[in-house]
Amino acid sequence: MLYFSKLRIISVIVFTVIFSYFAFSNFVKFDDKFFSKNINLGLDLQGGSYLLLEIDNRPVITQKLQAKIIELKRYFKEKQITLKNFSLKGDTILFETTDNEIENVKNILNDKESDVNTYYPTYKSHEFDVLEDGNLFTLNYSRYGLVLLKNSSLDQAIEIVRRRVDEIGTNEPNILKRGNDRILVELPGLDDPNRIKSLLGKTANLTFQFISQNNEESFGTEKLSFEDGSRDAIVSKRIILSGDNLVDAKPTMNSQTNETVVSFSLDRVGAKKFGKATSTGVGKQLAIVLDGKIISAPSVREPIIGGSGQISGDFTFQSATDLALLLRSGALPAPLNIIEERTVGPDLGQDSIDAGILSLFIGFLLVILFMIYKYRAFGLIANLALVSNLFLLIGILTLFEATLTLPGIAGIILTVGMAVDANVLIFERIKEETKNEKNPIIAFDAGYTKSRTTILDANITTLIAAFILFFMGSGPVKGFSVTLGVGILTTLFSVYFIARLLTSLYVVKNKDKEQLL
Amino acid sequence: MRDISFNKFYRKFNILSLVLILISLVFLIFKGLNYGVDFKGGTLIELRTTDKTNNISLIRDSFSQMNLGDVSVKKFGNETDFIVKFEKQNSNDPEFIKNIQNKLSSSIGGVDFRRVENVGPKVSSELLKSGIIAISLSLAAMLLYIWIRFEWQFSLGAILAIFHDVIITLGIFSIFSLEINLSIVAAVLTIVGYSMNDTVVIFDRVRENLRKFSDIKIFELTNISINETLSRTIITSVTTLLALSSIYLFGGEILKGFSLAMILGVIFGTYSSIYIANPILVALNVSQRTIVKEEKD
Repeated sequence: MLYFSKLRIISVIVFTVIFSYFAFSNFVKFDDKFFSKNINLGLDLQGGSYLLLEIDNRPVITQKLQAKIIELKRYFKEKQITLKNFSLKGDTILFETTDNEIENVKNILNDKESDVNTYYPTYKSHEFDVLEDGNLFTLNYSRYGLVLLKNSSLDQAIEIVRRRVDEIGTNEPNILKRGNDRILVELPGLDDPNRIKSLLGKTANLTFQFISQNNEESFGTEKLSFEDGSRDAIVSKRIILSGDNLVDAKPTMNSQTNETVVSFSLDRVGAKKFGKATSTGVGKQLAIVLDGKIISAPSVREPIIGGSGQISGDFTFQSATDLALLLRSGALPAPLNIIEERTVGPDLGQDSIDAGILSLFIGFLLVILFMIYKYRAFGLIANLALVSNLFLLIGILTLFEATLTLPGIAGIILTVGMAVDANVLIFERIKEETKNEKNPIIAFDAGYTKSRTTILDANITTLIAAFILFFMGSGPVKGFSVTLGVGILTTLFSVYFIARLLTSLYVVKNKDKEQLL
Repeated sequence: MRDISFNKFYRKFNILSLVLILISLVFLIFKGLNYGVDFKGGTLIELRTTDKTNNISLIRDSFSQMNLGDVSVKKFGNETDFIVKFEKQNSNDPEFIKNIQNKLSSSIGGVDFRRVENVGPKVSSELLKSGIIAISLSLAAMLLYIWIRFEWQFSLGAILAIFHDVIITLGIFSIFSLEINLSIVAAVLTIVGYSMNDTVVIFDRVRENLRKFSDIKIFELTNISINETLSRTIITSVTTLLALSSIYLFGGEILKGFSLAMILGVIFGTYSSIYIANPILVALNVSQRTIVKEEKD
């Protein structure tokens, strides 16, 4: 166990030096691209916000079901099959057919080539589960139909969230899918999450609808209230134009009224629709509706055919900027709720870093002093191993650009405390062996050999704990498991290569001395 | 090597441990744990006031007026730093925190929200569930590992020692109403690892000695093994405790609970590897045959 070949000595040194170099690259600026890597600081250390958003798919499901009813009506009408008494109860579509059409309708709905009930060969399932009881049919989203629906609405939502976050321009945001209805947003270094929270909290569904003067509208009407809560208005359900047709929006100053407004431009289809609607509706009030609230309802004085317009309302420059941003980035398919928020201010982050480094330094010093007191020369060897262990650990974290969190720093300190364990086990074993064995080289060799399984057993148990934490934990706790786990590996390396190398050099040199340890 | 008759006190300490476990269980069942926002849901705000005359009751009063449910206010390190926790969390209102901050500034003057944690009820119950799963899973994994490496008697001893450590540590948290949050789960898992580590070292020695001596009874043999590994047990506990106390004293308020749980765990872990794990080997009457039979298989 004490013999080292030249090649091995060199590789141990090279390995240690490389990783120490990486460790130092956190503190010193190297020109080299490859070597100037940095440990990522977690949100708890650099400050920032962690937001977990959950998409509320209920409106999407209802919308899709309503659309499905229209599609079914049209489809069966073309086939000249009579369906009647359509209704939507909760998430279930109900309809009836005539007795002699039952089989026919059933076959169409359950056909693998069905046009109205898509079949997914990969899941071996239709979009809808069809049940029939006599001539009464019920359609429900199948498990996979629902999964696909949720995935597609999540994909859309994530895209919109990304656009909104990018528009605000924080540095390196992290936007990830979580399950099939959640989005994780990490915003490092963000000082004030309130603005982004209110931006993400808005669906931003923009529509233009005429205010109805009488109730003769063929599309039906709805009662909507103004955003400032001052009054209500009866609005036609007919949507002239929606936010989908917007190509750009920006806050501007209206030179005539001296108000801040949001000016927008439309795509070709939108411009056409808007032109047509405004030319027939001169004199009417056009309500601009955002998420079910009327922002303003100006009167149409003349047809707007240029494909651009302005939205007025009691805007400050900030609120106009935000509305423009929302309109540019598009509407969310469904509302998002913030179900978890963790925000750390930058100065608390810095305080945590300072406290973490201070406690690391003190913990390290205490352990080093204790080892020297306990083992003298061998304490020094164990300490050298400990120092290189620390460099290796930080070096590896740097190389993989791992995220360091506050519990992660605690993990490093804990590693420092526990890392000496392996060397202690070996040294204590050597002491025992020296009692029966006069030749120090044999005694040292036996000490290393006999303690090996114990050391492996002991470290594997901690490694198991670290692994489970890594897979089950989140955020800062995950950072802890990473440093703890990597710390065990570097500990084993520093004990079996670095400390053993130093021990063997020392023992061979001083083999004639009495009582080495 | 010292020679201390640890085995003379097996019975006494086992009774002590049983009493401690019973007390812990009574507290855990009847008083329960003081879950933080991670597991209970709600809002936590760490704030710093610019006005030094602000005190706990003033801050509590300002929060109580906002209709946020149960409010708790605690000092947090500095004189100007406070931790405020309340039940309400509002996921539908993105302006929730902003409004609180505005109201607070108008009632107590300049205030800086250094940290905000806002956890909805769904997320908190999921976090609690995954925390429990993580701890159970790690116990199961340890059990399995030790079962593969040793015989079942050792496995049982090690697991009971771990249960002992975890129950008593959580019991202390319950008695003193210390907060249980995500980092405490991490601490408990680490305790599980550490306690196991400590037990394995002694068990390895017991097994080695079982092979060596066929004529020494397990009661004596465990004592010999404990003594042989004693200096290692002490040194490692001391260095680990040194590192942990450094985190506790200098690592800032956020790591206090985490390092305290770990300090308790290391103390009980060290104690239990001697006084729980070994007496179980004695009770199960482990002998040379136990391991020889295993090796023949």
